[in-house]
Amino acid sequence: MSAKTDILKSIRQSVGEDRGAELPVNRDYCTSLGLDPEAKIHLFIDRLVDYNATVYRTDHAGIAATVAEALGVRGKRGLVIPSGLPSEWLPNGFHFTVDRDLDYDTLDAAEGALTSSTSAIAFTGSIILTHSPAEGRRAISLIPDYHLCVVFESQIRETVPEAIRGLKDRRTSPITTIAGPSATADIEMMRVKGVHGPRTLDVIIVAA
Amino acid sequence: MLISLFVACYNDTLFPETGKAVVTVLERLGHTVEFREAQTCCGQMHYNTGYRPEAIAVMKHFVETFRDAETICVPSSSCVSMMREHYPKMAKDAGLELEIEALLPRIYEFSELLVDKLGITDVGASYPHTVTMHTSCHSLRSLHIGDRPERLLNSVQGLNLVQLPAADQCCGFGGTFAIKNAEVSTAMLQEKINAITSTGASICTAGDNSCLMHIGGGLSRQDTGVKCIHLAEILAAREPLTNQEVAVQ
Amino acid sequence: MSIRVGEAAEAPDFRQAAHALLANKQVRANVRRATETIRNKRANVVGEMPDWEQLRDSGRAIKRRVMRNLDNYLEQFEAACTMAGGQVHWARDADEGNRIVTQIIQSHGQKEIIKVKTMTSDETQLNPHLEANGITPWETDLADLIIQLGHDKPSHIVVPALHKNKAEIRALFMEKMGLSDLGTRPEDLTAAARTYLRERFLRVKVGYSGANFAVAETGSVCVVESEGNGRMCVTLPEVMITMVGIEKIVPSFDDLEVFLQLLPRSATGERMNPYNSIWTGVTPGDGPKEFHVILLDNGRTKVLADEESRETLHCIRCAACLNICPVYRQTGGHAYGSIYSGPIGAILTPQLQSMEHSQSLPYASSLCGACYDVCPVKINIPEILIHLRSRIVENGDRGAAERIGMRMAAYTMSDSGRFSGAQKLVKIGAKPLESLGLPGWSASRDLPAIPKESFRDWWKKNKQ
Repeated sequence: MSAKTDILKSIRQSVGEDRGAELPVNRDYCTSLGLDPEAKIHLFIDRLVDYNATVYRTDHAGIAATVAEALGVRGKRGLVIPSGLPSEWLPNGFHFTVDRDLDYDTLDAAEGALTSSTSAIAFTGSIILTHSPAEGRRAISLIPDYHLCVVFESQIRETVPEAIRGLKDRRTSPITTIAGPSATADIEMMRVKGVHGPRTLDVIIVAA
Repeated sequence: MLISLFVACYNDTLFPETGKAVVTVLERLGHTVEFREAQTCCGQMHYNTGYRPEAIAVMKHFVETFRDAETICVPSSSCVSMMREHYPKMAKDAGLELEIEALLPRIYEFSELLVDKLGITDVGASYPHTVTMHTSCHSLRSLHIGDRPERLLNSVQGLNLVQLPAADQCCGFGGTFAIKNAEVSTAMLQEKINAITSTGASICTAGDNSCLMHIGGGLSRQDTGVKCIHLAEILAAREPLTNQEVAVQ
Repeated sequence: MSIRVGEAAEAPDFRQAAHALLANKQVRANVRRATETIRNKRANVVGEMPDWEQLRDSGRAIKRRVMRNLDNYLEQFEAACTMAGGQVHWARDADEGNRIVTQIIQSHGQKEIIKVKTMTSDETQLNPHLEANGITPWETDLADLIIQLGHDKPSHIVVPALHKNKAEIRALFMEKMGLSDLGTRPEDLTAAARTYLRERFLRVKVGYSGANFAVAETGSVCVVESEGNGRMCVTLPEVMITMVGIEKIVPSFDDLEVFLQLLPRSATGERMNPYNSIWTGVTPGDGPKEFHVILLDNGRTKVLADEESRETLHCIRCAACLNICPVYRQTGGHAYGSIYSGPIGAILTPQLQSMEHSQSLPYASSLCGACYDVCPVKINIPEILIHLRSRIVENGDRGAAERIGMRMAAYTMSDSGRFSGAQKLVKIGAKPLESLGLPGWSASRDLPAIPKESFRDWWKKNKQ
């Protein structure tokens, strides 16, 4: 008998064949915080700052200038970008390398990456990437040491359930949720920020 | 009110003063106490050690003894916890579901009886000592006894109640655990002893003599001078107050 | 078929192991500091959740649903994962799981893998198996790297190296990474690990992970982590292998909305852990080109059989029960002789091994109940500990002396006449007991003076 047959048989022996109706699951936990839009954005920003991310706010027309500002602050000359990133987000005077299957060593040597995002969660300060063309494949927001991420206000959800349910069409894409730079407390429980993922995360929040 | 005392086997044998104190307090409050001599034990030691059929036999005896008692007072949270948490399940095996269901609401831990059933916190005691309160795990997590003991103690004349640090931490007794894993139990006890002596209290009280036997045994071995006394014995006490203590009141 | 849970079957019993560990002041101090830090953080972030109890109830209900229909959910997962381009394997026990991993690696002619922290591979002892087959597994979680480089054993589910302090880690890194100099701060040590591992992340062709959750509905796998090593391992290699215990299934994708709230707050005391990776099969142009999932039984289907302890399988490995446990606090994880330590280890290890080993573990608890209070999926650990004790007694494994003693005590306690007679015996025994002491008890505790008169004798004399 195959392992699969054996395991399924063993489960059936253990729980029996007569299962009755599926057990109910009560879901009366919070799915909404009932915040007004500005309070929601402020909560999100508070959480990001708590993780040491630098947060910029702008409107659609100001994205390129804000990218330039963030790069100036960080002393960066250029970034890797995914192929689907809108070109109007890119300021002049910097060098942007489009990711067309760049090898890992090139990504490792890059100064950082600029990507879009799918959604965000105010309550936990999470940014969700589903690696669409404007967000790029997973490697580009992972290997470089700096991640500049654009989040639209309209994409910010209040709670984890709201965000998970909002992924409806993107559930089988690769999904990465990010809540601040990588961190460890493995040595004497002292929190060290920045281990393997990008050690610096900047976020541009764009008004609707 | 006629109150039936289930004193608990270890109180009966090792801590009779606790039973006497319960009688004193309840009679002082104008109630009648009865003691059904057929009573023995709740079965907790057997149950917790894995001897379930034996525990069921003991439970059956408890049910027979107290079947028609109106109000049952138990000066031991761990026994009450045993009854509330485990009797319903054991009752299924013993075919005693209805009896247990009827009996459980009539069982009160001592401080529950005073505060909830009798609606009283000042039982007319005086006890001019500095006291700290150990909250047993059963009273904390199973009975959710809350601040009932503190409210009773705060109404005792002359008593200075001091907070025990890390009060939610187990003292390490755990029934047969204290013997089967004596060294770990002792390490846990040491933390409790350190917490107790840090308060400067001369008395450590609790609603369970089981914890107190263990804690008191350690306090005595280490010559700390701190004594353990069951809550009921403090509430039964009428020690004279000095003029100064009366003035503070 | 042999069920292996790390080296638990060969481990000394809890009392013996605890004896040695209690003497190690440094380990005890480290354990105390670490567990206090995490439990305080946990208390803060759980305290801010108005709906924590509802989430716990939902988590429990979802897990109960899974266990009742585990066979169907596993088949559903297999179908969905396969449809998305994944390859699903089934392993009856540790050896079978390990063999499948080796075969996949060897079929690609590879000699190394990068691994992200997983309890399951410790359970199956994958690393020694790989090494015996000429394959080098690189642990990439900082704590696991510390354990691996030091040929040590993990002592905690979430922070496995909490028994090591930074001076020890520094010395270890300098020796094993061949560094002539290294700073002393945790930041310096972390940076050394980053450099050491980065080269491997970029080079090694096979990645390996466990899974926190596997979604039946979509065939997705979810890895929850903090350091980014998980993202590296599941993203960069060409071939990805995930071995997951069959109990880690959740029915629907939306069920993640419950567990992604319960797990980080319970495990590390964070509102959300820095990174979660969720992926489904293979995605052209993004990540591994080949994805294998191994569904591991290794004793789990037998645990299912006992309805009274089935919920042991609900565990999401947050380790909140370790951090709150007053027993674990004294001994640390090594006393449990198993990679699964603390209260959950005390119930999980013996059951996985069909109660044939680790029988001292169900007694390694004072039944204080703190573990049940903090469990994010409400596993009634004290109740299961008691239940397992009764299974041990039923199997006749507790020794005749205890059994006879307990039977006699029950006989005595079922009749007040016999009980009253026994009380008199206690009084007769009082003198020798006071002078000789009670084994186990009297090393650290005085016995109470045996009173001259029992309560019932007093009552007879004074109240009747």
